Amino acid sequence: MNLSVDNISRSFGGVQALMDVSFEVELGTIHGLIGPNGAGKTTLINILSGVLPPTHGQVLYQGLSLHHLPAHQVAALGVARTFQNIRLFPTMTCLENVQAGQHLTAERPLMPRLLRLPSAGREDRELEERARDNLVRVGLGDRASHPARSLSYGERRRLEIARALALNPSLLLLDEPVAGMRRGEAAEVADLIRSLVQGGMTILLIEHNMAFVMEICSCITVLNFGRVITTGSPDAVRRHRDVIEAYLGSERGDA
Amino acid sequence: MEQLAQFYAVYGSVINFIGINALLALSLNFTLAAGMLSLGNAAFAGIGGYTAGILTVHLKAPLIVSLCGGSLMAGVVGLLLGMPVLRLKGVFLAMATLAFGEVVRIAAVNLDITGGAEGLTGIPNITRTWMIFLALALAAYFMATLRRSRIGWGLISIREDETAAACLGVDITYYKVVAFTIGAMVAGFAGAMYAHLNYLITPRDFGFFIAVDLLVYNIVGGTRIWYGPILGAALLTALPEILRGVGVAAGPVRLAVNGVILLLVILFLPNGLASLFTRLRPVAVKTGRAERT
Repeated sequence: MNLSVDNISRSFGGVQALMDVSFEVELGTIHGLIGPNGAGKTTLINILSGVLPPTHGQVLYQGLSLHHLPAHQVAALGVARTFQNIRLFPTMTCLENVQAGQHLTAERPLMPRLLRLPSAGREDRELEERARDNLVRVGLGDRASHPARSLSYGERRRLEIARALALNPSLLLLDEPVAGMRRGEAAEVADLIRSLVQGGMTILLIEHNMAFVMEICSCITVLNFGRVITTGSPDAVRRHRDVIEAYLGSERGDA
Repeated sequence: MEQLAQFYAVYGSVINFIGINALLALSLNFTLAAGMLSLGNAAFAGIGGYTAGILTVHLKAPLIVSLCGGSLMAGVVGLLLGMPVLRLKGVFLAMATLAFGEVVRIAAVNLDITGGAEGLTGIPNITRTWMIFLALALAAYFMATLRRSRIGWGLISIREDETAAACLGVDITYYKVVAFTIGAMVAGFAGAMYAHLNYLITPRDFGFFIAVDLLVYNIVGGTRIWYGPILGAALLTALPEILRGVGVAAGPVRLAVNGVILLLVILFLPNGLASLFTRLRPVAVKTGRAERT
């Protein structure tokens, strides 16, 4: 009943972005996905979240095949994500961004709103309260009424996490959650991620900040040129010969 | 009171057309709310107008039945058109809906039941000003409320970022078709009222230029809040009368003034005239400017 990535391949025209990628993510853990630029990490997240269909292979989550499910149905199965290039709703406030993220967890029926029934107001207040809690959780409690585009880079990343949390996901895919963050800010995100996992969530994250990955992940998959080099514990990955080669180049390197 | 009656006697038809145009502009706002650029709403108004006119003239239906029939027919066509066409984005959607508008116009010219090029005549003038503004008020209330419902949140998320919206669980195609169909129904209703105001409806009444006018009303008034399109439609519909008041004859000057207003709004009020009145949006507008400079 894990998340299993099973022989996923994906090509864009003549470019083979992913080739026979397979690995398992144990539920309730933090799994890292690393590799040099262009290794296919973001493509894989796009496939897992239903944004892109794979050319071959399939993804199983909790025994269900995500095969060719569109993104909104993948989200309905409890899979939330953030984006490497940050895709907030720019003209909305921080609070509204999170409220928009409640699409699947809120009813917001039209009829009671048209009739101005008290139940509608009650639901809206509850949802707003929950959204504020999510903002507090990522450390943006005092930014609720600020427009999303007024935030700093690191704050935008955290707001995206808050919006993803509004789905109450069981699996959270984070594409470079601490890119561009100061060390203290990254440490706060690490604490947040750990607390999410303690609450039962599963996290798959891409990150180039190796200190961060090695510290919080219990298992790491390394991709290079669209293939899996290895999957293992941080210590095993750190010592793996091919991983060192992929990152630093080989001694006989022809560069 | 007497002055008011006199004012209405002189400007009654302008007031009626402000209401109709505002309703049409609002109908387009349902699709714009989801970031869809449609030029089909004039054609939906035409479908509504012809359907209602036929119901009244040939079947002697009472006004309310004709109006609802026209609205419903436009909605059905909107639904059928929306399902294939809404996979297109941006300018491609605009082109497809534009082509649809031409199809409707050419069909109206060539069919017998629509009266051909001369149009459908003999429609009684039974739309009253209060009906137009009641419909406008209901549509505006519906729009304002819709934005706080699940559908509204979904539509605005789609406008802001489709991929992100899909990953939050928003069924993009479904919501787009819903918005498109609602917009078509409102446009059809407005067209039906127009037909019963104007004694006749002709293929020219809802052509390409009207489709563009509806878009201009939205841009000038502002697309982000329900009263934006109403403001835009009111200003630009009343403009010829205002110009006449200051001694400028109608005609090319009116178009030039329209263009200047559009240009000024785009340059200085990117969120439209409505941003002069909102409490919330000036914050967003200010930061928007700060980013650009």
